[in-house]
Amino acid sequence: MGFDLLPILLRGMWLTVQLTLVSAGFALIIALLAGIGRLAPWRPVRWLAGIYVEVFRGTSILVQMFWFFFALPLFGITLTPFVAGVAALALNMGAYGAEIVRGAIASVPKGQIEASIALNMPPALRMRRVVLPQAFVLMLPPFGNLIVELLKATALVSLITLPDMTFRGVALQQTTGRTLEIFTWLLVLYFALAYPLTRFVRWVEKRASAFRGA
Amino acid sequence: MPVPTADPTARTFPAGTEPIVRFEKVTKRFGHLTVLDELDFEVAPGEKTAIIGPSGSGKTTILRVLMTLVKPDSGRVTVDGQYLYHRRVGDKLLPANQKHLREVRKNIGMVFQHFNLFPHMKVLRNVTEGPIHVLGVPRKEAEEQATDLLEKVGLGDKHDAFPGQLSGGQKQRVAIARALAMKPKVMLFDEVTSALDPELVGEVLGILRQIAAEGEMSMLIVTHEMGFARDVADRVVFFDAGQVAEEGPPSKIFSEPENERTQAFLKAVLEH
Repeated sequence: MGFDLLPILLRGMWLTVQLTLVSAGFALIIALLAGIGRLAPWRPVRWLAGIYVEVFRGTSILVQMFWFFFALPLFGITLTPFVAGVAALALNMGAYGAEIVRGAIASVPKGQIEASIALNMPPALRMRRVVLPQAFVLMLPPFGNLIVELLKATALVSLITLPDMTFRGVALQQTTGRTLEIFTWLLVLYFALAYPLTRFVRWVEKRASAFRGA
Repeated sequence: MPVPTADPTARTFPAGTEPIVRFEKVTKRFGHLTVLDELDFEVAPGEKTAIIGPSGSGKTTILRVLMTLVKPDSGRVTVDGQYLYHRRVGDKLLPANQKHLREVRKNIGMVFQHFNLFPHMKVLRNVTEGPIHVLGVPRKEAEEQATDLLEKVGLGDKHDAFPGQLSGGQKQRVAIARALAMKPKVMLFDEVTSALDPELVGEVLGILRQIAAEGEMSMLIVTHEMGFARDVADRVVFFDAGQVAEEGPPSKIFSEPENERTQAFLKAVLEH
């Protein structure tokens, strides 16, 4: 069964978890900023947010990662592999997340905005107290999918020398030749991370939408 | 043939009183449709005005323009002596900015046909939201006020319910409490019973009657409930084709309307 392979793979797994959590945190912040930015009343802000989203959705995440790691040093900016990996993952997922945020905000019913105008709320308060809390519930299911995508995409960092779970597996396979066992373990371990994550997101969803109640 | 304009003597407030709301030549078009056609219209402080008329006649648009939900194409709207969509800078009139809108808008409240309660907030929070976050009332005071208002609309036991757990009539009563909590000088009621099941209409109209009876507050009520308009309003305005076609005390409008469009409309609604 190859249980002897586990200690090394698990060491890589910890890095995979770290990468996922850190990138997801940044991706969420970026997604909120860019998603709200695309709906901002100022044209330059909408424009910038739009360019960001299109560029990062329209190019390969692996190439983005290579660019941060191999090309940026040519401009005198050298990133550690971890920072380059997080930057590519967070910016790429943030671009998809921005579209989720934008869509969720746009689907909060117009009557809600009218009610907050009738209460004389200034626009920022309206966004914070009325629109975002309702949009947040709509964002959760697609965000859940996105974070699982992010987890799986972290495997790409093995190509910029970061010893994550995939990197460890490939290294083990080259030294031991136990291909079937190693890659089967990798599948199992990624699933073991992804499945609880989806359950967790589902649980948050349920709690957050309690107000829709009976 | 020119439309007969509103007869100023039909107004229920004494000459010399400043109106709380004044529309001067206000026009609003949606595409080719002219919804408000150089509308002149005034409301006295404390006056209860019912606005009736065929659907599509622009009744709701009057309220939405006052609430700044729809911007008029031209004309002037005055609320409590201040222009709503213009601000005076020196001797010039400039378009209102956000700050000016907020300043004038605090005089106005609105209750909507579809309630528009905040579904993510419990009933009590719906009512305290405006006072706490917009008016800066301390939380404890806002909650006491909200408790009184919910008591008044007969929902003293529903503080902790979410709007999704209430009936339509209950939702609308919460919405009324929410609007009252802001203590506006003018309250707008936009077909507030039209989305309710017939058996729930009475409970909401009962609350409105009570508010009207005690009130300093001006009420502008767009409604299809003619019996209600007759009982509650000081003045009934028949609105047609973007203008006031006829207005007067309910006794006159309902018993001896002069305008033939008013006659035709009332005949149609009262006979159905």
